[in-house]
Amino acid sequence: MPALPLDEAGKYVAAAYVVFLALILTYVAIMAAKLARIDRELGELADLAEGRSDTDPPGADAEAEQPGGIGAVEVHHG
Amino acid sequence: MKVPSLRANAIAATLVLCAGFALVFFYAPIDADQGFIQKIFYVHVPLAICALVGFVVAGIHAIRHLRTGDPVHDARSYVSIHLSVIFGVGVLITGSIWAHASWGKWWVWDEPTLVSFLIVFLLYATYYPLRYAIEDRDRQARYASVFAITAGAFVPLNFIAVRMAESLVHPRVFATANGGLPGSMLLTFLVCLVGMAVLWVALVRFELAAKSASASLSRLRRALEGETHVPASGSRIAPGVPSSATSVT
Repeated sequence: MPALPLDEAGKYVAAAYVVFLALILTYVAIMAAKLARIDRELGELADLAEGRSDTDPPGADAEAEQPGGIGAVEVHHG
Repeated sequence: MKVPSLRANAIAATLVLCAGFALVFFYAPIDADQGFIQKIFYVHVPLAICALVGFVVAGIHAIRHLRTGDPVHDARSYVSIHLSVIFGVGVLITGSIWAHASWGKWWVWDEPTLVSFLIVFLLYATYYPLRYAIEDRDRQARYASVFAITAGAFVPLNFIAVRMAESLVHPRVFATANGGLPGSMLLTFLVCLVGMAVLWVALVRFELAAKSASASLSRLRRALEGETHVPASGSRIAPGVPSSATSVT
């Protein structure tokens, strides 16, 4: 086939490069949506962790870990 | 050797690809035979080379996975195949556009280059159902690695067979000793090829980083909520990826 004129060929060339850009942008958009979901879930877990630390009495964990602490005695006799 | 950060990798990919596309439209001469339509060559061929090399890279990672049992290599193999299949979609679409402009047909079934690439693409399209049909994670990873090695070995054999076959209409780009391209076209092509390769590596690292974050999040959720309140770690389509997997080495 003879070479296409510039105005006709330009449409095909533009289509090919747009397809490439669209493919990459679609992939990046999907990955960005996944990262946004991860970010949201991370925020939920941070809230959960903060809620737990608020409900726990201060120093309870540290006492429980000590061999002679109050927590250790309660667990031992409970 | 120090591995550049993902951000530096992404910036490099963008800059090199932009430079390559600028060379395509402002530096490389218009082909005497095909005219302006030949500009598709600079996106179509680098995409095809990166996709095929990516399949071979996935096979190499799969060999390392079977040798060491390290799930990091399985994750790299999986992501390499994933990105190469996406690049393969780009190859088929841009190739069809070029074929329609040059030959007046979207697809030619008696052309070995086109049909062989379609066979490779469809072969790798079966990777996903094969992988996710297996529930057990260890067996899934092992079977996927065996597939990646077998199919990865098929890619260069397929390439050699096609080069030996007599072409009907598809041009042979590097058929001669000097590549068959004038210097300005060759330089433009090489810049586009390097840009596409850097983009492929950046996207692989991006996806590995996302999978690593997702796996860490699942572990954190399990630790906070307890095993009984949450489903199994990660999704079925994402192998568990340690954070060390994000460097493609």
